Amino acid sequence: MSSDAINKTPLHGLHVELGARMVPFAGYEMPVQFPAGVKTEHLHTRAKAGLFDVSHMGQVRISGTDAAERFEALVTGNITGLAESALRYTLFTNVTGGILDDLMVTNAGDHLFVVVNAACKETDLALMRAGLGDTVEALEDLALIALQGPAAVAVLAELAPGVTGLKFMTSGTFAIEGTDCLVSRCGYTGEDGFEISVPNDKAEALARRLLAHSDVEAIGLGARDSLRLEAGLCLYGHDIDTTTTPIEAGLSWAVPKRRREDGGFPGAEIIRRQAADGTTRRRVGIRPEGRAPAREGTQIADGEGRILGAITSGGFGPSIDGPVAMGYVETEFAEEGTQLNVIVRDKPMPARVEALPFVPPGYKR
Amino acid sequence: MSDMKFSEDHEWIRVEGDIGTVGITDHAQEQLGDVVFVEVPEVGMTAAKDEQVAVVESVKAASEIFAPVSGEIVEGNAVLADAPETVNSDPYGAGWFFKIKLSDPSELEKLMDEDAYKAFAS
Repeated sequence: MSSDAINKTPLHGLHVELGARMVPFAGYEMPVQFPAGVKTEHLHTRAKAGLFDVSHMGQVRISGTDAAERFEALVTGNITGLAESALRYTLFTNVTGGILDDLMVTNAGDHLFVVVNAACKETDLALMRAGLGDTVEALEDLALIALQGPAAVAVLAELAPGVTGLKFMTSGTFAIEGTDCLVSRCGYTGEDGFEISVPNDKAEALARRLLAHSDVEAIGLGARDSLRLEAGLCLYGHDIDTTTTPIEAGLSWAVPKRRREDGGFPGAEIIRRQAADGTTRRRVGIRPEGRAPAREGTQIADGEGRILGAITSGGFGPSIDGPVAMGYVETEFAEEGTQLNVIVRDKPMPARVEALPFVPPGYKR
Repeated sequence: MSDMKFSEDHEWIRVEGDIGTVGITDHAQEQLGDVVFVEVPEVGMTAAKDEQVAVVESVKAASEIFAPVSGEIVEGNAVLADAPETVNSDPYGAGWFFKIKLSDPSELEKLMDEDAYKAFAS
């Protein structure tokens, strides 16, 4: 995890072989798109199944019988109440209630299994080590492969029939091609699918095996971004960061009642107060009415030209076949259907607040 | 493509009489990826050479399109409003952006021919 040299995932050679356009991302050289292109990759994932290399993300093991109690001191979520094999989306916060990172935590029985964003990996590890000491272990020998889309379950079941029994946000260890892998039914596309934690030296063979299926195509970071945006999912560093709180971000569901009442995590009092009294701004979905995308940083204004906030993620949604965005607006403008303008190339373009997600989720609950 | 000239901004221009048709090169559309929005210039606009006159947006980013020569815009490609992907599928044909009435045809001499552009873009 050296910060100066560019890192490569175990699937790097495969990406290059498949003709990917490689770009630096969070310290890794990653495929932004394959020859099919972002739009085709996006639509393929919604229709069948896409394979994503997410090995750049940080996989962490936290051991100890009281790991869940101690982990709650760092995050907003209910971790002690997490059933064995279940996973949960949660947030690291700072003392002002800002978000340090968003992450997934799995109750893996005798330990917690944590997946954090690549760009935050080092600071998250430092945070966890400061709070939990040497029970925190970075799992650098593991790659992470996501298989997403309506066909994902049928494809993966050919290698591990047991995965059909997993519900959304649960996990299990399955032998795949003779190797034990932690398989979680979750993802970042709004579709049904899985994330497979596989040893580095087995990752390429597994990816090739999955890609050999006629329903599976390799998908780059470009389509990963448009898929998650249509699904209304936050991208850390863009839609959420240290200047946004979980309540402003519309993630109050990630701060359950017990944690609000009892606190015990950084910024708890600020977040409790915001949950009770409301906030002055809020993250919303925004649909520009024309064809022009409103990208990150685009200002949002009312009819009189008063600035209400800015777009934090915006682009073209291939499944919507039009521009889609998320951003923060003053709370009185956050209601669904509110008419706004987005200022694209100095011109106000009509847009409206729309409920997230933009596409119906395909999760198997 | 032998009758085309190319700019360093990856535009092509094909001139018939005093009217030049302008688009972006195959290399440019490939670099951009899937084009999802095009804003063509308004008819009657006067553009100086290298002035920004149009916008092309791909799934990834917005890019500016410049006038490769000076002149007056006489037509924008209306097809691109509803079918911006034409820029990807037919960059040298139906995916043209605008037509410009040249005010100084000598500017064409400063543009690259096909061989020079190929060398420039590779």
